[in-house]
Amino acid sequence: MYEHDVIVVGAGGAGLRAAIAAHEEGADVAIVSKLHPVRSHTGAAEGGINAALREGDSWEDHAYDTMKGSDYLGDAPAVETLCKDSPKETIQLEHWGMAFSRDDDGRVSQRPFGGLSFPRTTYAGAETGHQLLHTMYEQLVKRGIKVYDEWHVTRLAVSDEDDPEDRTCHGIVAYDVQTGKIEGFRARNGVILATGGLGQVYDHTTNAVANTGDGVAMAYRAGAPIEDMEFIQFHPTTLPSTGVLITEGVRGEGGILYNKHGERFMFEYGYANNLGELASRDVVSRAELTEVNEGRGIEDEYVHLDMRHLGEERIVDRLENIIHLSEDFEGVNPLEAPMPVKPGQHYAMGGVETDENGETCITGLYAAGECACASVHGGNRLGGNALPELIVFGKRAGHHAAGKDMKTAEITTGKVGDYEPADVESPVQLGEAGLGGDAVADGGERTDGGATADLSGDEVVQRALDDERETIEHLLEKEDGIQHAEIRERVQKSMTQHVNVFREEEALKDALRDIREARELYQDVYVADKSRTFNTDLLQTLETRNILDIAEAITVGALARNEFRGAHWRKEYQERRDEEWLKHTMLSWNDGEPELWYKPVILEGENKTYEPKIRSY
Amino acid sequence: MSTQVPEQVEDESSAESVSPGKQKRDAKKRERAERLQEQREAEAAEKARTADDTYHLKVFRYDPEVEGKQEPRFDDFYVPYKQGMTVLDALMWARDHYDSSLTFRHSCRQAICGSDALFVNGSQRLGCKTQLSDLSEPVRVEPLPHADVVKDLVVDMEHFYDQMEAVEPYFQTNSLPDEDEEQRQTRENREKVKMSTRCIWCSACMSSCNIAAGDNEYLGPAAINKAYRFAMDEREGEEMKQRRLEILEQEHGVWRCQTQFSCTEVCPKDIPLTEHIQELKREAIKNNLKFW
Repeated sequence: MYEHDVIVVGAGGAGLRAAIAAHEEGADVAIVSKLHPVRSHTGAAEGGINAALREGDSWEDHAYDTMKGSDYLGDAPAVETLCKDSPKETIQLEHWGMAFSRDDDGRVSQRPFGGLSFPRTTYAGAETGHQLLHTMYEQLVKRGIKVYDEWHVTRLAVSDEDDPEDRTCHGIVAYDVQTGKIEGFRARNGVILATGGLGQVYDHTTNAVANTGDGVAMAYRAGAPIEDMEFIQFHPTTLPSTGVLITEGVRGEGGILYNKHGERFMFEYGYANNLGELASRDVVSRAELTEVNEGRGIEDEYVHLDMRHLGEERIVDRLENIIHLSEDFEGVNPLEAPMPVKPGQHYAMGGVETDENGETCITGLYAAGECACASVHGGNRLGGNALPELIVFGKRAGHHAAGKDMKTAEITTGKVGDYEPADVESPVQLGEAGLGGDAVADGGERTDGGATADLSGDEVVQRALDDERETIEHLLEKEDGIQHAEIRERVQKSMTQHVNVFREEEALKDALRDIREARELYQDVYVADKSRTFNTDLLQTLETRNILDIAEAITVGALARNEFRGAHWRKEYQERRDEEWLKHTMLSWNDGEPELWYKPVILEGENKTYEPKIRSY
Repeated sequence: MSTQVPEQVEDESSAESVSPGKQKRDAKKRERAERLQEQREAEAAEKARTADDTYHLKVFRYDPEVEGKQEPRFDDFYVPYKQGMTVLDALMWARDHYDSSLTFRHSCRQAICGSDALFVNGSQRLGCKTQLSDLSEPVRVEPLPHADVVKDLVVDMEHFYDQMEAVEPYFQTNSLPDEDEEQRQTRENREKVKMSTRCIWCSACMSSCNIAAGDNEYLGPAAINKAYRFAMDEREGEEMKQRRLEILEQEHGVWRCQTQFSCTEVCPKDIPLTEHIQELKREAIKNNLKFW
């Protein structure tokens, strides 16, 4: 068994920042990640980091924009924390040598982005995420922080008291992809999940193949509630054939969207009369799909994004890698022709419920970055707000886990206080197939009927390790059955068909039926590759289980939320319904039988209350 | 790299408590799953047979612990072609439809994670960035040369990472402004280091380099480029630059490079690696440092 004070799962922006922060506080910290750090998908972020750095801007304005962008589903203490900490953390990156783009006076450049009242998106060309990821990995190397790379974390070692709020996370179990070893990792202080996105739940996504929502699924099965899962952001400008993302920076710099008649539809059809192409992402995504649905799309599939009028010099200076992306992955030179674009799954606003210090309701379990939900983004994330979330909340989680004395969080976690029980009308049984509610905290079947509450931390990890070894041995020993690729493909197709930009009740129910069927098929999954060496067949089979749990959670939330808010559009309910829905959708695994409940959104900030207003751009 | 097989764990599950009803349901489920699997494989073969255009891939296979794969071999895959299909798309299709044990690293699919550098028709390329239509058939896909093969197309990257980390690959300066103020950098200087910061650590350059193949201690193009990125960054200051040049002019540093340009040719991010190395040599001479 390996042992550290703090274990960080995942090595993208949030994970690296958390590890550096824990190290700063003197903790013995290690990162466990299924990818080498520089392979993480933070590297694909293009646009920039929102930070109120300049005169005329303020964290209060940034918070106002973020709250409005969230469609009033962000929690004010989290939003304000983000906006207050972001300037300092952005400058910290610069002090670590990050290669930001520069103004003539040598200061870091900022540009306008969708939904922002001030051009505060601090950027490094159209490769801000790449620069951020590599800069932070450099700092990790400098500090000699231990990384277990190509180790896939398969479960959390959490004690199994009845109420998740009483449980403690003592470590993790991970699978060494290179050698096939399965090992326990004891975390003396805490485990920080920083596993990133879950885009692989869909079949058209900007996310990497590795973005299978592992952290969200593991925390969920361990008892931590997951929050606002139905809020999925679809990015309005992805290349149709691959899902490769074309940064919002193109529109920030002045790029224009046209339909097949050459009409600038954002204005001509009144989707966003003030901001046009720079309206918030959900608004633009729906506008594009409406154009396509009404017959004004090109090849019935996409619209055009044109930036030729910006001139070659400006494009090469500020958006150079867009030229390469468009040429390499779509075969279109954007200096000569408009780029075809359509909406693609891009970001999950929801995730593991945390407070503004990154803590979940389970003692010793933290989450930060895209896998977490504090909630900063509420119903919709603004462009340029993901990267500051990584560095702000990654750092806070790292500090807290390392034992730094921090201000008590204002956001509460778990089923405490003011929560509202709820029900969802599902056409099928939800949750684990083949289990009758006798799952232990982290998902497996109870092996001896005994609780682990009284065991020591080491014993809890050992128990989780034994269970996991058994599960994996079973998958490898099983000689026939169904392979995960078939199951994964079914779920991805169903989600893209039924739980996309436009959502309606019957389609959502169809998706739940498909997911149920996939869950039952998964009962008979097997791994054809029997090798212990670099067995990606096994790795993907384990990931597919996470995809199943997450797809279901997204769909249940989408079915329950009878309103149109942020990225969540419902055919039957075309309005935001504040009297009823200023609350977060919460889902608890409840030992294999998911339970829905709500908790109120916090609109009271430090100096003001954010009054919900109509979100128009 | 160890490929040792871990000890088997005893299977303690017992079937005693399973009811006949459940057994029946399980059997039915299994039957259905098998049917689906067969159907899927048949469909894949049919799709490949009837597609207007299929691509023939010859893929290197090796697994140290699987009988029949311990001796390296090439497997043939016929993949139905779709407009815009890349080498990586074809590998994924072959894996998901023919042989789930086909193993390769990949993640972002957009040439930024640097996972899928491969040896395709005799040169180092990123699988995700290489259009099948640009290649002659059969398309030979092999692991990167000059690295130990772990399995199929996966190579051991440890040596590459060690070299990258040997050049103090992190920003260092003696003077920083206050914590709320950025350092100044001219646009020209940012432009100067820009290309060098684009490296995605794919190791295509290292694999293509004859010198690196013969001298295991040679830092290699990627690591030297990393050092260049900092040495040329005006924010680090002159003192730090001297220190970096000292690291680079050591026996296995810049002077090993014989300017064959193979690294520059294969770099998927178009980094002028050879030029960067040459520039560092000139800097070293300018500073009158000893060299080997």
